[in-house]
Amino acid sequence: MTKNKKSSRVMMYCVLGILFLYFFIPFWWMVITSFKSYTEVYTKPYALYSKSFNWQNYPIVLQSLPFMTYLLNTVKVSLMVCLGTLITSSMAAYAFARLHFPGRDKIFFLYLATLMIPRQTVLIPNFILFRNLGLLDNLWSLILSGIFTAYGTFLLRQFFLTIPQELEEAAIIDGLGYKDRFLKIILPLAKPALTTLLIITLLGIWNEYLNALVFIQSDDKRTLTLGLALLRSDLDIQWNQVMAATMFSISPIVIVYLSAQKYFVEGIALSGLKG
Amino acid sequence: MSQKTYQISNRTKGLKPEYIAAMLFLLPNIIGFAIFTLWPMIYSLLLGFMDWGLINQASFVGVANYQEILHDSIFWISLKNTVLYSFVKVPINLILSLLLAILLNKKIHGRNFFRTISFLPSVCSSVSVAIIWKPLLESTKNGLVNHFLSYLGISAIPFLSSTLWSMPSVIGVGIWKELGFFMIIYLAGLQGIPSMYYEAAEIDGANAKVKFFHITLPLIAPTTFFAFVTSLIGSFQIFDLTSVLTDGGPANSTNTLVMYIYQNGFKWFRMGYASALALILFIIIFIVTITQNQISNNNAY
Repeated sequence: MTKNKKSSRVMMYCVLGILFLYFFIPFWWMVITSFKSYTEVYTKPYALYSKSFNWQNYPIVLQSLPFMTYLLNTVKVSLMVCLGTLITSSMAAYAFARLHFPGRDKIFFLYLATLMIPRQTVLIPNFILFRNLGLLDNLWSLILSGIFTAYGTFLLRQFFLTIPQELEEAAIIDGLGYKDRFLKIILPLAKPALTTLLIITLLGIWNEYLNALVFIQSDDKRTLTLGLALLRSDLDIQWNQVMAATMFSISPIVIVYLSAQKYFVEGIALSGLKG
Repeated sequence: MSQKTYQISNRTKGLKPEYIAAMLFLLPNIIGFAIFTLWPMIYSLLLGFMDWGLINQASFVGVANYQEILHDSIFWISLKNTVLYSFVKVPINLILSLLLAILLNKKIHGRNFFRTISFLPSVCSSVSVAIIWKPLLESTKNGLVNHFLSYLGISAIPFLSSTLWSMPSVIGVGIWKELGFFMIIYLAGLQGIPSMYYEAAEIDGANAKVKFFHITLPLIAPTTFFAFVTSLIGSFQIFDLTSVLTDGGPANSTNTLVMYIYQNGFKWFRMGYASALALILFIIIFIVTITQNQISNNNAY
């Protein structure tokens, strides 16, 4: 029996080892390749080690393409979209979950139904809209098309419903108005749901590609994903430099993930539990 | 706020302050939503009946766009690819992520480390994932995967350059990217199963297989259902990965529905035709969601 248990434990670690290699090797190869020399990339592109340490690949690629500008643009858009989504979704969710007005549930159902509309279906009308507004090739097109989601309102509404009514009733007796009840009672209690929405919104907008591809033209307005995707067809740039650029592009979000891992895991887990 | 709404309610007789408060809370989201989702959706419907190349005057063509779609072989190929990608990738992905979650739910060394690593691809953009995998999957022995296979005596596989292998390769990379995400979802589901069920089964002498099929699998069904539907809807919208990894090639073997919408709209500027295609995507997702609602209402998931 114990021998059997031991062998199944060994098996388990073997499986884990293989899984580890599957997930880890592509990242490892990216990091190593970003430090390879031109000759190494040409003779042994598959190698998982590098004899040289060509850190210059980084300054070279960051100078040949304005990746700092791309990063700044992605940060700007992400900040604005996260902030805008959290504010507008939580306000709407408060009205749907906590206030009474005629037709509330009908309007909410309509809202829910629009969750089915894929973003790609409204891509062309949004392109035309931003063209008419003169917002094409402007970061605002990415911000405005990213903020307003029914998903955020839905997620937060489900969470707000679970907050006991008595808490708000006590606040009414204390003379708190709607604004204060929303800001001082509901929002502080809804931190887990707000974190979930923040993380899902952040991952979505930081990695967004299609809208940027359609709405943005000039180099100084490009986001990281757009700049990175261009490299695949740029023949002047070597693979070691492409990997340096990739490394540069994913580092910020990976660092955010590693330092706030607990919130990422809890947030994703919460999004999977149906309200 | 309460004082202010009180004053407003005095001026607009008959409206309860609560209605006005509700309106103010809803306004920012509803206005934005109406401008950037609801109206575009209606506009898209109308555009589907138009012929419009952005510079010329739009003209009404009735159902001509839809008639053309019926006979458009690239549309059918793109639709087939999208459906194939979704229905092959999603089940494999869910089975693997459940197994991984069960493994990482056990008390083993380095558990958190493994969880961290497996979720790492999920925070990276599909664009960066495609950029990393493209050279790894190179057809010659220069690609890492083929180099590794050569040690096993397998000759080089044209992963991205043959019509036979391109779709399986895209599916493989898609799984690599999403496995960790659904692992986390499953992990939460597994932790929600009360341990007393397993303890009771153990007293009855149940082995690991019985416990898996009679406790874990049925109790995790709602999670599976949710993950299946969200994953399916997401997969129907695949664009970034195929766009960068294969650009739809070779010979349209990885062209997807959204890629075809993009190509019509922004490469060939056929706005009407692209809108008609987009409506078909909407209908597919609509059907999936309605089916989901039917099933979940019947089973009370």
